[in-house]
Amino acid sequence: MRRLGLRSVAIFYLVAILLGPLAMVFYRAFEHGIHPLWSSLTDPNTIHAFRLTLEITAIAVPVNTIFGVVCALAIVRRRFPGAGIVNAIVDLPLALSPVVVGLMLFLLYGRSGWFGSWTSAHGVQVLFATPSMVIATIFVSLPFVAREVVPTLRELGDEQEQAAHTLGASGWQTFWRVTLPSIRWAVIYGVVLTTARCLGEYGAVAVVSGHIEGQTETATLRVQDYYENFNLTGAYGIAIVLAVISVLVLTAMTLLKPKESA
Amino acid sequence: MGFVTTFLSVVVLLPIAALLSASTTEGWHQFWSVVTAPEAVASLKLTLGAAVIVSLINAVVGTLTAWVLVRDDFAGKSLMNAVIDLPFALPTIVGGLTLLTLYGPRSPVGIDIAFTRTAIFLALLFETLPFVVRTVQPVLHELDREAEEAARSLGAREARVFRSIVLPNIAPGILSGVALGFARAVGEIGAIVLISGNVPFKTEVAAVFVFNHIQSGDQNGASAVAVVMLAIAFLLLLAIGGIRYLATRHERHA
Repeated sequence: MRRLGLRSVAIFYLVAILLGPLAMVFYRAFEHGIHPLWSSLTDPNTIHAFRLTLEITAIAVPVNTIFGVVCALAIVRRRFPGAGIVNAIVDLPLALSPVVVGLMLFLLYGRSGWFGSWTSAHGVQVLFATPSMVIATIFVSLPFVAREVVPTLRELGDEQEQAAHTLGASGWQTFWRVTLPSIRWAVIYGVVLTTARCLGEYGAVAVVSGHIEGQTETATLRVQDYYENFNLTGAYGIAIVLAVISVLVLTAMTLLKPKESA
Repeated sequence: MGFVTTFLSVVVLLPIAALLSASTTEGWHQFWSVVTAPEAVASLKLTLGAAVIVSLINAVVGTLTAWVLVRDDFAGKSLMNAVIDLPFALPTIVGGLTLLTLYGPRSPVGIDIAFTRTAIFLALLFETLPFVVRTVQPVLHELDREAEEAARSLGAREARVFRSIVLPNIAPGILSGVALGFARAVGEIGAIVLISGNVPFKTEVAAVFVFNHIQSGDQNGASAVAVVMLAIAFLLLLAIGGIRYLATRHERHA
């Protein structure tokens, strides 16, 4: 009986906080039929917003994947002084508000910022343009690959790498033939998490983008724009597209997890 | 090695330095007067208060959910397990919007909490739901059940078994999950911005305060509150590191 009680509480909480609202947003999106939904989603500015989100993600994910793997290797294999500090800095984006991240970049690349005067003198628009949005997205999604790869590398140990080295393999050969195949599931899992974070970023991008419709508006900013202009169907429409992507991400995560431990 | 430090310096450390420098250009005194201005204090109080309440609820419900996922068995359990991570995968702005459809002006269940403080709590509960579950679940899974059986056969009641045997083991997991969730709650904006109304002194959280003051050109105000949020983030990471260290040291000595 007690077991049944706890189970009901847990399920009720999940439904009330998470699943109920999610089901409702799907209902609301289709409430007035498919036509208003479709026209909101095929609006040129909406399409631009989705394309911009994908472009930013397409840059940020590879950058953070390479950084994450190299960083994990440095932390685990090269016990250098300050590895603890590097570890802590990598974790910082998990604990720091994305708005604060946005403000930092705003100050750095703004007109009176350390980099801002230099970039504007060279005719490069960083703030209120794609470059700052890419940098902001890289910052907030920085930890995910490294955090997945570090424990896997630790568990793996370096015996096989040592063996490869003894047999005359170069550093690159060892990495491609020995290390990478062993950590690939952790890397893929990290990439999935990074992708989800990039697609969904709001706070940091909201600060640095300037929110210019059809130019610096990402999918998440478009949701807010539609909502504030009382186009609720449009807001729900983008929301469910993003939610479907999230569910796909979640499915990928669930499928990848057992393989990781195998 | 050089790549890692250079990358971190450019992407993370330089922006932090820019913030610290901007918040103190007009001196420590100026920083203090900006950060203690009534609106800033109100937003920080609201944020920390909400984070504390949400953390307490997460500690209880998260532990309970982890317990159900590890010790209970029923049809649909693996689905429930997968769904827990949804707030991690779902964009925060979508999270806020979904809550608004069920608990907003056109609520089908007759609960309209839009533009109130309750909305902030709800949004934060939504976003921080996975943290405690995911830190407690693996510990509970690994926990040796023989000690519990022994306590039961010696006549201990369930509550006593939980308090004296299970809880001490999962406490580090609960604490680090709470700390991660607390950090997330302090910095959250996406899930809150649509649903809270963002009224200064009433429903304006710290992240929204920073955002609004950047928009209105008050960089001093925004920077000062942002520095406080940065300090909180650092303290929480330190605390999580400390909890992890103590938990593993205990293991080594046992």
